[in-house]
Amino acid sequence: MGVIETVNLGHSYNGKTILKNVELNIPRGDVLALIGPTGAGKTMLLRLLDLLEEPSSGTIYFDGVNVTRFRNYRLEARRRMAFVQQKPIVFTMSVYDNVACGLRLRHEKGETIKRKVDDALELVGMTEYRDRNARLLSGGETQRIAIARALVTAPEVLFLDEPTANLDPVSTSKVEELLAHIIQERKTTVVMTTHDMSQGQRLAGRMGVLIKGELQQVGNTEEIFCSPQSREVAEFVGIENILNGVIIEKDENLATVRIDGSAIQAVSDCGVGDKVHVLLRPEDITLSRAKEKSSARNVFQGRITRVAPVGALVRIEVDCGFPLLGVVTRRSAEELELTIGNSVYASFKATALHIIRRWN
Amino acid sequence: MAELWQGLMKAIELIVTLDPEVLEITVRSLVISAASCAITALICLPLGSLIHFNRFRGKRSLINVIQTLYSVPTVAVGLFVFLLISRAGPLGGLGLMFTPAAMVLGQVLLLVPVVLGLVISALSGVDKAVPETAVALGASKIQVTALTMMEARFAILTAIIMGFGRAISELGLSLMVGGNIRGFTRTITTAISLETSKGDIELSLALGIILICVAMVINFLLNRLQNRYY
Repeated sequence: MGVIETVNLGHSYNGKTILKNVELNIPRGDVLALIGPTGAGKTMLLRLLDLLEEPSSGTIYFDGVNVTRFRNYRLEARRRMAFVQQKPIVFTMSVYDNVACGLRLRHEKGETIKRKVDDALELVGMTEYRDRNARLLSGGETQRIAIARALVTAPEVLFLDEPTANLDPVSTSKVEELLAHIIQERKTTVVMTTHDMSQGQRLAGRMGVLIKGELQQVGNTEEIFCSPQSREVAEFVGIENILNGVIIEKDENLATVRIDGSAIQAVSDCGVGDKVHVLLRPEDITLSRAKEKSSARNVFQGRITRVAPVGALVRIEVDCGFPLLGVVTRRSAEELELTIGNSVYASFKATALHIIRRWN
Repeated sequence: MAELWQGLMKAIELIVTLDPEVLEITVRSLVISAASCAITALICLPLGSLIHFNRFRGKRSLINVIQTLYSVPTVAVGLFVFLLISRAGPLGGLGLMFTPAAMVLGQVLLLVPVVLGLVISALSGVDKAVPETAVALGASKIQVTALTMMEARFAILTAIIMGFGRAISELGLSLMVGGNIRGFTRTITTAISLETSKGDIELSLALGIILICVAMVINFLLNRLQNRYY
């Protein structure tokens, strides 16, 4: 059994459903990133798990104990966890007293407090700020104090709500580095929310995608990015080609999918007649002016409908009977004369496609 | 004019030579006001946090009533306490009439609304994230209250000092239930009032100067607190 487990967890506020049917199992030592668009209920889920708020329905187990309702259990369990808010605040006290706070609330001895606080300040690299007024620190420094304040109690589970959302890029990378270090050193179970997928990827081993209050998928990074289980997850993780089709033929696990009159070959477990979404990352499409010999099973001719430069890359929209979006470098776009109206061949492998069943 | 000037000189002399009567009256004033203030604080801190941290029907109205009582006239409280402790009153048996205890009782009644109201607004002035953070750090309900009060400590101290200021400068109540008995219930304000009507300007001026000094010290402390972040 995981250190935290939820069963059919749901929450609503003022008649509005914020979370529904969340089933999570977080084993000890796990680092789980909850990703999802803003307003998906990530923060609320963290608050429920940290027992800051009582869920409307469902059950939460902490270390095997049902802590959903009983107040005494909840305080005791909460004292074994720590929470770093999205916009952490510090108390009007010295940095030292701020970090010592959690220990004092747990009635630890003076000597122990001093040792632990000094250790924590060293860990976050804030030793020389020890006696300063915490209220006068910058955003990044405040964040680091909040992390020290959370870690000093040696929590079994650490919750981080958007740990870098309010920081500038330099502070962000500092805080991220610190978190990576802590995750490696302390082996603490971490549950964090982020809207930055790459941050989730850098820090966490597992990810959960929360969309409109529902936990759509939990899995390792690769599964989330390459095999999303729903259209919503696919959209959120940046798979921009999502085509609707029907499987018309199946040979072993190679399926032929009909899309608007064209046939695409893809690897899939679905059977003949299934309605499916075909997911394809723009990066997996090769664009060329002439029909080349290639191992790709899918080659389509089309006309370029839109060219949009983004940074060093150019996004090319092609109409090959169905819309496709590909990306090339700026240089290739120039060399291949990929301009609006030109004809182009788009090719992609059967294995680059990901097929999911659709119900509508 | 010369007479006034002479009076002022004499008054300063009374102060610098530490005239026993001036000293005695001053100390009594300070002690009575401090006692009222301490009792008021003991009532208002728990009561204020109880009101602030709990949700109940009529909370808004209760706070409105408390704020209305800020400006209750001292003589009105005086009358109330007078009726309360007079022979025929409900507390008549205690024999409190014309004692320092009666003055303290009256001043507490006078101060409680002011200090209570200011304590509540001090607590409401604390960022909502403070109690939230305290809970997340593992604070019990009482610890959350304590931490929030710690965060509001300067504003709360300001409230108490304001209460002290009101207590030491109030006249009507002390006169009505204290009786201005020499060596027993005579305070700075009651002495000034009596001596002035008797024509003894020197003592009045001496005590007046002291009262202004006390007010200045209070004001100075308030300013320091308000300019202080930490």
